[in-house]
Amino acid sequence: MDSAVKKELQVTACKVRMGIIEGVHAAKSGHPGGSLSCADILTYLYFKHMNVDSQNPKKEDRDRFVLSKGHAAPALYSVLAHRGYFDTELLNTLRQPESILQGHPDMKHIPGVDMSSGSLGQGISAAVGMALSAKHFGDTYNVYSVLGDGEIEEGQVWEAAMFAANKGLSNLTVFVDLNNLQIDGTIDEVNSAKPVDKKFEAFNWHTIVIDGHDFEQIEAALKEAAAIDKPVAIIANTVKGKGVSYMENAVGWHGSAPNDELYEQAMAELKNALAELQ
Amino acid sequence: MSEIKKVATRAGFGTALVELGAKRDDFVVLDADLAAATQTGMFKKAFPERFYDCGIAEQNMMGIAAGIAATGKKVICSSFAMFAAGRAYEQVRNSVGYPHLNVIIGATHAGISVGEDGATHQCCEDIALMRTIPGMTIINPADETEAKLAVEAALEVDGPVYMRFGRLAVPVIFGDDYKFEIGKGVELKDGTDVTIIATGLMVDEAMQAYELLKQEGISARIINMHTIKPLDKEIVFKAAKETGAIVTAEEHSVIGGLGSAVSEVLAEEYPVPVVKLGVYDVFGHSGPAPKLLDEFGLRAVNIVEKAKKAIAMKK
Repeated sequence: MDSAVKKELQVTACKVRMGIIEGVHAAKSGHPGGSLSCADILTYLYFKHMNVDSQNPKKEDRDRFVLSKGHAAPALYSVLAHRGYFDTELLNTLRQPESILQGHPDMKHIPGVDMSSGSLGQGISAAVGMALSAKHFGDTYNVYSVLGDGEIEEGQVWEAAMFAANKGLSNLTVFVDLNNLQIDGTIDEVNSAKPVDKKFEAFNWHTIVIDGHDFEQIEAALKEAAAIDKPVAIIANTVKGKGVSYMENAVGWHGSAPNDELYEQAMAELKNALAELQ
Repeated sequence: MSEIKKVATRAGFGTALVELGAKRDDFVVLDADLAAATQTGMFKKAFPERFYDCGIAEQNMMGIAAGIAATGKKVICSSFAMFAAGRAYEQVRNSVGYPHLNVIIGATHAGISVGEDGATHQCCEDIALMRTIPGMTIINPADETEAKLAVEAALEVDGPVYMRFGRLAVPVIFGDDYKFEIGKGVELKDGTDVTIIATGLMVDEAMQAYELLKQEGISARIINMHTIKPLDKEIVFKAAKETGAIVTAEEHSVIGGLGSAVSEVLAEEYPVPVVKLGVYDVFGHSGPAPKLLDEFGLRAVNIVEKAKKAIAMKK
């Protein structure tokens, strides 16, 4: 990857993270930890990889994206806003009654959201349905989805995985945001789905394990996925809360918003990171 | 009576899929390993390339249907009512209902008349469950003719549709000239003393009850309420005003079904006695369907009793 491109992606991801923190802080609720962990994956998909047009969000041949871990909505909204689907100012209205930015993704009202999600395990089935639709009706677009590592404890995920491989849905690529934490603790303590790659392999998927914060690895994995004649699961090792020091690997930041003081600290850290990049 | 043609509404569903499949190729059909029973197998045989079996995984099937619909394509998915509305309830609510997607659910084997399979498969709660989902259309056809018309009409609805079909062969009561419109109840017999609002296989029983009541000098109005949601309030209010007493008849729990829907609108707008006929908060059990319909009081004679009760309650 060209170093200028990489830097540009890192700058964008840093701005995306600031949007996440702003939104969650303004809402006084939401899910910052798991939003920050998948921010780089979403940034790469929307800024570098997917065939999408922010000025024509519903164009028919666009690639589809389903945020199966719908509680990471602040990340998706921030990416969409920075990509030009709507004004970044809107991020400050997250979860407010007058806002289109629902606590979880709402395809009916938010430009760029291809599928409503939030009830865990359901998004991947919708992504599988989209991939099946494309194959059946002769459309050439690809379908992408991001799952949480806690989310894959839901049985529906494996129903979907079984079906996708059985029907040969090679136009489907799923990321598992493996940040190792869920609400009640570490995923090892709660109900670990590890080894995640072996599970998807056993369901006849092609799997790739990467560092989910490394754009070069994300790019290489997507390139590899495009050439594979199977559904692909990219197991992305990530850090929950990535980019905000006190949120990193801290289970308490799964679903709580920073107070004003911690908000200032988070924004200062991200601004510093941005300044260093620029 | 033996000359009356009897066909299960699920067979009407299967036939309609094949007939529509011959006319248009813009929809796909999904099933969850019950194609032979739900009758989507007829479509599978005719158009194998447009049929996808999701295996025994109804929750995923609903999500797949939602995904297909989210790409702007038409999809009909099928399983037994117990699993389509019951097991996959939350998928129907969140993946289909909340985004108001054009997913058509063909739920078969509804009600007590499933028969020998017993309580685990005798779903008497599906209308109640589906009614609570905003924007859901619910159709419970009375016979083969209506079942076929319902499937064709469902393909034109904006938003999700739940169609409820039975396993048991029931009399074909409507001819080729029968007019069907989603959301419009059908007055089959006019009457002045009481109105019987029936749905599904209880419509034929209600027609028999009409004759029995007539013999006793009671004039009953009979309404086929094939669409439970959106409910045809106008026909209900008109019946309440003109006959002053209502009986509802359904092969479903009296909690949350047609009887509840009718009671709810009347209680708020035009209270008159409403006597419900249905399954009274009990599970079913195994047995031949006709015997179970007798035992659970889902017959014309039971409607007659309820009609008399409703009339007696008039002020």
